[in-house]
Amino acid sequence: MGKVILEMKNITKTFPGVKALDNVNFQVEEGEIHALVGENGAGKSTLMNVLSGIYPFGSYEGDIVYNGEVCQFQKITDSEAKGIVIIHQELALVPQMSIGENMFLGNERGKKNAINWNETYSEADKYLKMVGLSESSRVLIKDIGTGKQQLVEIAKALAKNAKLLILDEPTSSLNETDSRALLDLMLEFKKQGMTMIIITHKLNEVVYVADKITVVRDGSTVETLDCHTMEINEDRIIRGMVGREITDRFPKRSNVEIGEVNMEVKDWTVYHPVYAERKVVDGINMNVKKGEVVGIYGLMGAGRTELAMSIFGKSYGTGISGTLYLNGQEVNLKNPREAIEAKLAYVTEDRKGNGLVLSNSIRVNTSLANMEGVSDRGIIDMDKEYQVAVEYKDKLKTKTPSVEQNVGNLSGGNQQKVLLAKWMFTDPDILILDEPTRGIDVGAKYEIYCIINDLVKAGKSVVMISSELPEVIGMSDRIYIMNEGKFVGEMKADEATQENIMACILQSGRGE
Amino acid sequence: MNLKVMDILKKYTMTLALIAVIIFFYANTGGKILFPQNINNLISQNAYVFVLAAGMLLCILTGGNIDLACGSVVCFVGGIGAVMMDANINEWVAVVVMLIGGLLVGAWQGFWIAYIKVPPFIATLAGMYAFRGLSNIVLQGYVVGIRNETFLNVFGGGADCYVPDFFGGANMNITCMVAGVVIAIIYVASVIKNRISAQSKGYEVAPLYSELAKMIIICAVVIWIFYKLANYKGIPAALIWIAVVLLAYAYITSNTTMGRYLYAVGGNEKATRLSGIDPRKIYFFAYVNMGLMSGLAGILTVARATQAQPTFGQGYEMDAIAACFIGGASAYGGEGNVFGIVIGAILMGVINMGMSIMGVNANYQKVVKGIVVLAAIIFDVLSNKKKK
Repeated sequence: MGKVILEMKNITKTFPGVKALDNVNFQVEEGEIHALVGENGAGKSTLMNVLSGIYPFGSYEGDIVYNGEVCQFQKITDSEAKGIVIIHQELALVPQMSIGENMFLGNERGKKNAINWNETYSEADKYLKMVGLSESSRVLIKDIGTGKQQLVEIAKALAKNAKLLILDEPTSSLNETDSRALLDLMLEFKKQGMTMIIITHKLNEVVYVADKITVVRDGSTVETLDCHTMEINEDRIIRGMVGREITDRFPKRSNVEIGEVNMEVKDWTVYHPVYAERKVVDGINMNVKKGEVVGIYGLMGAGRTELAMSIFGKSYGTGISGTLYLNGQEVNLKNPREAIEAKLAYVTEDRKGNGLVLSNSIRVNTSLANMEGVSDRGIIDMDKEYQVAVEYKDKLKTKTPSVEQNVGNLSGGNQQKVLLAKWMFTDPDILILDEPTRGIDVGAKYEIYCIINDLVKAGKSVVMISSELPEVIGMSDRIYIMNEGKFVGEMKADEATQENIMACILQSGRGE
Repeated sequence: MNLKVMDILKKYTMTLALIAVIIFFYANTGGKILFPQNINNLISQNAYVFVLAAGMLLCILTGGNIDLACGSVVCFVGGIGAVMMDANINEWVAVVVMLIGGLLVGAWQGFWIAYIKVPPFIATLAGMYAFRGLSNIVLQGYVVGIRNETFLNVFGGGADCYVPDFFGGANMNITCMVAGVVIAIIYVASVIKNRISAQSKGYEVAPLYSELAKMIIICAVVIWIFYKLANYKGIPAALIWIAVVLLAYAYITSNTTMGRYLYAVGGNEKATRLSGIDPRKIYFFAYVNMGLMSGLAGILTVARATQAQPTFGQGYEMDAIAACFIGGASAYGGEGNVFGIVIGAILMGVINMGMSIMGVNANYQKVVKGIVVLAAIIFDVLSNKKKK
């Protein structure tokens, strides 16, 4: 057994209303590659943010022991000074600057008021060679591909004298070849004595590089698997990840008649709005029936939100092709207005960013997508608007002293209800709910599920996008499984299990 | 209770600041600041600020966007009108042309801002230069006088234009006094009516004592101002235009769907777009409207001066922007209201006038104005931070 370089003891971190980490213990030995796996929202990234000082000492409970001493990081630079460097999933590079400038951003070579550019670029070139990049460090970031950008991030970390490197989903935006190259680079660094923690969803990668695997579930570490002492395969890891049984966390639906198909999508393909050559949604075929809850499961970045938003009046992407049928009629919805008029609703996953006007009241938010419903020739009927807001507040059991309350002051669950109210007031036939229970507590989740059941009971159709397996299985009548822009499987709810859904995704990944 | 007092203080900070400033100048000018003539001047001199600030408020609501060109547009539009009336064209034709001129300028700027996504700061900076130049071209560099009596009377021309006294009071303008009382009565009646209807429908209403206090204060202020004006020469014509504009915009911002969209776009553009509202139309509307208000302000400005000069309107845009921000409009958009800009405009006006009466050097006056604007924004930023 090697020397323990990092130990995180009894880490507990709470966000308002949610316990993100609950008494987590985590150990890393020197010179190993330690994989951290778990579902979305299990707490992996939170744990790493605690480690790197993004959540400063004092905002969590427990101890971080690094190299034998207890650390109290106040900010990222504190942990970087100790050689702990985190590379985030989102690339943090300035596209308009050169590779060299980016690598030493905030860490410039030379004197404070006189940057030594020769040193900057020669140093940068040295580190670029270490990660196997042949580009000159004077090339601009925007002129190299994402795969190479990821390598620049690693070179940047090396330039900070990293001893413990944390890679958060390093391959999520890379293709198969680039991913493999990156993993091989990790193995190369290991030989040179670097310690690494990798967070990833791709279990084949875990099996390929990891010495140890720690599984995180619901904010706790469940188990640590040692790849050298036991036989590890993907099924074994999945079992750890999804280990829980589904209990009655989902209200039963009864007497809901599933009717005719009322929405159908054929050969739906969407390209990225900025990188127009990148296919984000690839030849999707799907249908939704009246009174049905259709689940779309996929990992983050699978293209689920992009699919939903492109259907909802082309509010995402470029070069959208394919046909959309509503009630058997082919329609072409050019903007959200037309989508709303065609009785479609899209309830965003990002309620703060895309859904609600936080500085406005519940009343104002409730009516925003259907102002015609509360106004006459542009003049708002304040009475009516107030009544509508109260009606939905009561119906959805939103907890608030008054509908004049600003939405920004509500809890996540109540905000989600206001968002649902806003879209229910547009009287849609089909509701696309994108991660409807993200970041809200268990009690509020149950209430949201009840609302979904009421909606289909009233003859609406619900498309529920989710990255929580139990939720998808517990709530859907039918499930589409999405990976890398494609549907890779379709299952009836009663034949779906967490294992076979995961297997579906992994098989499709291997096929590439 | 303590919390409530804090809330009220926060909500009416600028109003309280205004009162404090008035008391300060009252003490330091031997009460001159509240002479009827000075109150009258405060209103007529600052008419353009109220009008431009109403337009500017809508732009700022959409996301802190400003219009730097409106001062130049005031001059441009005013110049067109002056030249037309100088050529003996009918005054109403001139007025219509001026308003449409403003509207077209707004549409020009709004198009670039809303549909081509030129940053408002740059689009209107360009307008500031271009329309200043065009003003010079229209006026050919000369001062053009306005002699059209109707025009001057209607738009408060010649610093000496008032609503005539129909009752022929000897020492006091009775029409003015009556108007003040009638306004107060209408206000009280509408508040009572709203309160009763709200209560009958079971809506929550503000506590009676606070509503009564507010009502008494507002009535007292209104009647007092009209009393002062009555002791001078009566209701200045400019006041009528200010009142019409402010009432209209108070209504637009609070009771119309367009008003609602302005706040929504400024509060969260993406959410607004996904709610089926085209943000580009909202930006376009805000700037077209700003153009219209610039047109009206141009009319009032040349009427008051009874002439148009190529230098008119310089710095007006800054006065309007300052009034909005002092009045609590958020520099990030989505927050602000007409009541606030009224307070902001009056505060700036009082500071200007008070310092002039005190004989403060004009250069120092600018320094003080700058500090007041900065202080108001600092307060806005800090109080928002605390909320989070």
